[in-house]
Amino acid sequence: MAHRALAISTKAGIGAALSVVALITLALGAVISRADAGAGLGPSDWAAIRFTVLQAACSAVVSVLLAVPVARALARRRFAGRAALVTLLGAPFILPTIVAVLGLLAVFGRGGWLNGGLGALGLPPVSLYGFHGVVLAHVFFNMPLATRLLLQGWQSIPSERFRLSAQLRLTPRAVFLAVEMPMLRQIVPGALALVFVICLTSFAVALTLGGGPRATTIELAIYQAFRFDFDLGRAALLSVVQLALAGSMALLALRIVPAIAVGGGLDRGMPRWDARGGAQRTVDLGVIGMAALFLLVPLGAVVWRGLAGLDAMPASVYLAAGNSIAVALASIALLLALALPMAGWIAARGTGGMEAVGLLSLSASPLMIGTGWFIVINPLADPFALALPVTVLVNAMMALPFALRILVPPMRDAVQRYGRLSAMLGLQGWRLWRVLLLPRLRAQIGFAAGLTGALSMGDLGVIALFADPDRATLPLAMAQLMGAYRMEAAAGAALVLLALSLGIFWICDKGGRWRAEA
Amino acid sequence: MKYLTFATAALLATTFHVTTAAAELPQLTVYTYDSFVSDWGPGPAIETAFEAICACDLNLVGLGDGAALLARLRLEGARTQADLVLGLDTSLIAAAKETGLFRETAVRAEYTLPVDWADPVFVPFDWGYFAFVHNRDLTAPTNFKALAESDVSIVIQDPRSSTPGLGLLMWVKAAYGDEAPAIWAALADNIVTVTPGWSEAYGLFLEGEADMVLSYTTSPAYHLIAEQDDSKTAAAFDEGHYMQIEVMGVLAGTDQPELAEAFMAFMVSDAAQTILPTTNWMYPAVTPAAGLPAGFETLMVPEKALLIPAEEVPAIREEALAEWLTALSR
Repeated sequence: MAHRALAISTKAGIGAALSVVALITLALGAVISRADAGAGLGPSDWAAIRFTVLQAACSAVVSVLLAVPVARALARRRFAGRAALVTLLGAPFILPTIVAVLGLLAVFGRGGWLNGGLGALGLPPVSLYGFHGVVLAHVFFNMPLATRLLLQGWQSIPSERFRLSAQLRLTPRAVFLAVEMPMLRQIVPGALALVFVICLTSFAVALTLGGGPRATTIELAIYQAFRFDFDLGRAALLSVVQLALAGSMALLALRIVPAIAVGGGLDRGMPRWDARGGAQRTVDLGVIGMAALFLLVPLGAVVWRGLAGLDAMPASVYLAAGNSIAVALASIALLLALALPMAGWIAARGTGGMEAVGLLSLSASPLMIGTGWFIVINPLADPFALALPVTVLVNAMMALPFALRILVPPMRDAVQRYGRLSAMLGLQGWRLWRVLLLPRLRAQIGFAAGLTGALSMGDLGVIALFADPDRATLPLAMAQLMGAYRMEAAAGAALVLLALSLGIFWICDKGGRWRAEA
Repeated sequence: MKYLTFATAALLATTFHVTTAAAELPQLTVYTYDSFVSDWGPGPAIETAFEAICACDLNLVGLGDGAALLARLRLEGARTQADLVLGLDTSLIAAAKETGLFRETAVRAEYTLPVDWADPVFVPFDWGYFAFVHNRDLTAPTNFKALAESDVSIVIQDPRSSTPGLGLLMWVKAAYGDEAPAIWAALADNIVTVTPGWSEAYGLFLEGEADMVLSYTTSPAYHLIAEQDDSKTAAAFDEGHYMQIEVMGVLAGTDQPELAEAFMAFMVSDAAQTILPTTNWMYPAVTPAAGLPAGFETLMVPEKALLIPAEEVPAIREEALAEWLTALSR
């Protein structure tokens, strides 16, 4: 296609894409050049690879299996608070991992509520450390995501089919087999693949709940080789392994992952004559109740314990909170500077660029990029002094694929509708953005910015490599408080972090929609 | 507007104050482990006592556990801000010297260590025996084999980041030699979790996550003296107990060599050595004139002490670490 519908400058978009690719390949090149291939992978490295794959597979299967009845129940029932519950399913996406871990510890830990109950019944306590703890935390994060994907699948079934099944007096079992099963067959593989890929690069969960040689993910092994052994060769080798594993899986996943719809709850009415029985109603409400408890109780625990811990927080927490806010704001600015021109370029040209960049960012783990940049920066400057800028850069790049998925569709819309008109009027450059594109994308820009801000605020990844007491972010300071076993102070910090993450998301998201024309 | 003016003035005043204070006093940056700088650790008392005599600003920086300190120094290399490192131990001395980042010292003292001390680079400041600490109501096993056969749960530390973790590796190796992999394989199902540092492990034990925790024979003294609680005790193992001698050393690149030497001399003086037993909960490297604090006489004293000479550690560490990783990752 030679003619362009719109005078969006492709230079900026290509420039942004190239700088992202350059930053990642720079890290990759550094990692590959330093990878100590001669040493090979030891038994413990193989154990880490095995553990990574096994926990990811287990987390994916459990998350999706649990999500099926929850999504089915939500699709079949209408009740007060349903919309709120569907919105809540999106919350783990912007919830800082370490905050959730603290909440899970409060409920499922040795001294937690669950074991208190088990103890009262004379049952042996369960421990949250190791494989099952890691899987539990991953299910906490990914079951809601899987539920949303499946719920979309259910909503996409034309309601006429249910009407027809009712006319044919099909039993609930027959309805499931004839109408719902085909949909599940389409959606479930994608949901499994997505959760699997997300869990492959898990770091913060493994750092806090795993850690022993038996429960080490590859990301954690990179961190250990880096921080404990200062073995850059091994860290680099593990990074290459991680890249190959996550890269091939991401490639596979992108082919089969269903598109993630964003925005509020899905609440189109869909009468279900097949689900009127009292028993089915009880089961559905029970399932919804259990899912809501599973999500809400740990969050409640964070708030409850956090309120008590606010007094116990050392001054360093405030300093770290300041750092985190600065990092989050800078990440948002950088993300928008990268994502908007790229989205414009993709929308105007319709290239597969988005998929390529998404793939690259999905497979390049934060710790791999961190290791690579450390190797590059170290001979030139003090990497620890650059800890916060590096964190900003990595956070913005990790949010990029999500942001593009959010921004490209409305951008494409705007280009298709107003492209010719604005080309005729000679709109171009900054004026084109100001007059046409930005006003039309406000809501999505706000949403993408909010997502980036929240992810960045709660990120505990690359900062752990470059950690420094003076330059800690709030999640890191919280991890350190947990490490020093100052649980009250950590709980206080968790509440602050939770408030900041949700706050920045809310402000950006609302800001985008406030008095929006579209 | 008026508020803004005030705020700016206040801000300027504090910045000015801070910069002048920093300009007047030379700063000594000491990298150490987390529990040393914690509120209940020796850090605050040591800082107050030393700053009273040094006309300097002592900046104690907590960076994980002892072994992570060394990795951090390697990461930073010659660019490090640290003048001095406090909290390495005998297992790390050889590896630390190999970095070439440390300089020799003239500080000597009349050590009351269980071994002769003649290292030209590192100065010991306290010592202790590793031991598994448990509640008195637990019938503790009396050696590693009995522990492995029992269903007593333990929390240990990662030998790559923590000096107690590394000490345990050396302990098993010193006691069992080539049999060590079998011991670790048998211990694997007793281990609840492996933490990066001592603080995490001890915290988990206090929270009830495990029956025993790898710590020191002196740890029960903390509960006894600071909390008037005699419910904790250390298990005596008949293979003997591995020793830890904690040391400090000055970095070659320091811009405060005299101050660093003065700090090390202070750390082995009576003033600091009286602080350490009841804050770091270890035996002093030089027994203070007043003797050990009351309560220390109740502590279990191992019949046999184990210690692998510092120069032999690196080779053994590498082998033992591979065995440990292999046994525990199954």
